[in-house]
Amino acid sequence: MKYMLLIWNRPGFVEELSEQERVTLFGEVDEIMAELSASGELVGGQALADPSQTRTVRLAGGHPEVVDGPFMESKEQFAGYLAVDCDSPERAAEIAARWPDVRYGGVMEVRPIMDDAGTEM
Amino acid sequence: MTDGGEVEELLRVLAPQVLGLLVRRHGQFDRCEDAVQEALLAAALQWPEQGLPEHPRAWLLTVATRRLTDEWRSEHARREREVTVATREPAYAMVAPPADAEPPAGDDTLRLLFLCCHPALARSAQVALTLRAVGGLSTAQIARAYLVPEATMSQRIRRAKQRIEAAGARFTMPSPADRDDRLAAVRQVLYLIFNEGYTASSGPELHRAELTGEAIRLARMLHALLPDDGEVTGLLALMLLTDAHRAARVGPGGELVPLAEQDRDRWDRAATAEGVALVTEALTWSPPGPYQLQAAIAAVHAEAPSAAETDWPQIVALYRLLARFAPNPMVTLNQAVAVAMVDGPRAGLALLAPLADDERTAAHHRLAAVRAHLLELAGEPGPAREAYLAAARATTSLPERRYLELRAARLAGAEPAPSIGVDRP
Repeated sequence: MKYMLLIWNRPGFVEELSEQERVTLFGEVDEIMAELSASGELVGGQALADPSQTRTVRLAGGHPEVVDGPFMESKEQFAGYLAVDCDSPERAAEIAARWPDVRYGGVMEVRPIMDDAGTEM
Repeated sequence: MTDGGEVEELLRVLAPQVLGLLVRRHGQFDRCEDAVQEALLAAALQWPEQGLPEHPRAWLLTVATRRLTDEWRSEHARREREVTVATREPAYAMVAPPADAEPPAGDDTLRLLFLCCHPALARSAQVALTLRAVGGLSTAQIARAYLVPEATMSQRIRRAKQRIEAAGARFTMPSPADRDDRLAAVRQVLYLIFNEGYTASSGPELHRAELTGEAIRLARMLHALLPDDGEVTGLLALMLLTDAHRAARVGPGGELVPLAEQDRDRWDRAATAEGVALVTEALTWSPPGPYQLQAAIAAVHAEAPSAAETDWPQIVALYRLLARFAPNPMVTLNQAVAVAMVDGPRAGLALLAPLADDERTAAHHRLAAVRAHLLELAGEPGPAREAYLAAARATTSLPERRYLELRAARLAGAEPAPSIGVDRP
């Protein structure tokens, strides 16, 4: 079963970390990625640029309108994702629980990815 | 020029035979498996261009053996340089003996299947390894079928082989005590491969749909090796009877068509006849088991000229038997549908009631979907619609969600409501 692990964090939180904390954080990320590659669970993943570079498209006066800035004005912003193929939802949650952003107030959402296959009923 | 499809077919048959011979001679399943893959690749490139060699199996064996010995030699040489020991010709630098000096290839194929379905491996790893080592598929083909990057599948296979080695597994038949469990695992792995392909057999999912054919081919092979195993026969019959619906199970827009509404003229008659014959015959001599019973149920459906003319009492009886052999909530769900056809929807709904308290099924979309269907039959459109929508939210399959939303929308007397978000990535 494939899951997307959505990473939500406070933009710029890394800048406030000490060098030691930063080295630890990136080390932990590298370690998780290496583990997922070795286990054959990694499907993909991307990190997103700072939310200040976002352009948002929404309907305004019956037409799509493009504006600068992110869609949601929340403290946490969507920062990137990991896609994994795991044997259980518990395993996917376990990977998310180890993601270091969580220690600094970030949030991980674990969501099943829809399958194009299906059984008739 | 030889036909590429023909070559591919031949290579798939020879792959486990060559691998079996190699492992028996040299041990080291992991390396032998890599060497055979390289030989298969070389053959897939050369044979269509240059024609088949006179002895295809011996050709593959020679090439694979050469790959192995090349690797050993270079390692050996490295070690020699390091420790400066006198060089000698390694004992394993041998040529392949003639093909007729070999024991029956079938035994090796069975041993390979048992090895690939070793209990030290997770199911997903057993599946991947079986497709590669026994099915002769390349990592790239398996990765495409399971929609993961090739590097990921490659790691999964590598790790599976390491696990097998670490578990101290040998290339031998399992002990009589283990044999039943291992054979059950083999059947389950083949059925998983089948389902992965069958459920995906629409539109752009062709790479996955090929898995159906591969699973049937492997089940056929297993049946030929173990003709006295009724459950293997049942498994093959079940696959054939299920696959016979393939052309009718998806509508022109890619939507799922339920069994009751399928155009039965589009069912594959040859596959149906073969499946019915296999299971009917097996049940005369074999003690019944879950695969035979499921195949028997599929056979009853196959023999009904229309959904309305189905022998539902017979199906109910078979489900009762199946529930005794393999009690599991999914069987109860299907049983409830059959009971509803005989004794009315209320009787079916009563069977479902305990499943709502079972944590394995309480939140499962299939429970909500069956409840919805029975409520609709019972003339309760409101609760039926709620149940369809609950099922639509719970499924992780796009075609199923679309189908369930459509059923809900029909009950609201409205046009199908659009899905939340995008339907197709």
